[in-house]
Amino acid sequence: MHSHLLLLVVFSALTSLVFAVLQRDTPREQGRLWLLLFAGFLGAALVLGWVMYPFPGGPA
Amino acid sequence: MAGPTASVTPSLTPLTAALLAVCAWFVPGVGHLWLRRTQKGIVFLAVLPVMFAIGLALQGRLFPFHIPEPLVALAALADLGIGALYFVAWGLGLGAGNVVAPSYEYGNTFLIVAGLLNVLVALDTYDIAVGRK
Repeated sequence: MHSHLLLLVVFSALTSLVFAVLQRDTPREQGRLWLLLFAGFLGAALVLGWVMYPFPGGPA
Repeated sequence: MAGPTASVTPSLTPLTAALLAVCAWFVPGVGHLWLRRTQKGIVFLAVLPVMFAIGLALQGRLFPFHIPEPLVALAALADLGIGALYFVAWGLGLGAGNVVAPSYEYGNTFLIVAGLLNVLVALDTYDIAVGRK
């Protein structure tokens, strides 16, 4: 499993799930927080990856 | 917001709650199951070992307690956060890590985060047990 994007998605989904279940009590609230955190993880990673793209050491 | 089971959760003494938190650290989710937070306990029991297993499958490393290198020692402490699974993996010779594998850093991230999340889960168990939540 060498797909960076797939690993990012799996990591974000599982970590968000633990945070959501830890912080909320009802399944509905947990689902909403999970979606928010999951989207935040993915969005932040993609935006930061895009911003850092031209930095030295990146793809030529 | 208090859950539907919060009212039936007994308030334990700090010592008993601490012992329960240690049990919760040793086996992820068992503290919440004991406190009748069944849904949460099952999620933790399922997700945290899966994250740890993915970390091992990605050839991540269980870091040694090497005090002269503080970051390595901190990573080892985070790895230990997963509880019994750490000792099982160590006993089976897993977690040697393969630094040239493309997934090495991802594996380390999964292992470390699984351990840290389990510590949060154990602390949450303590808070519930003493009646703070």
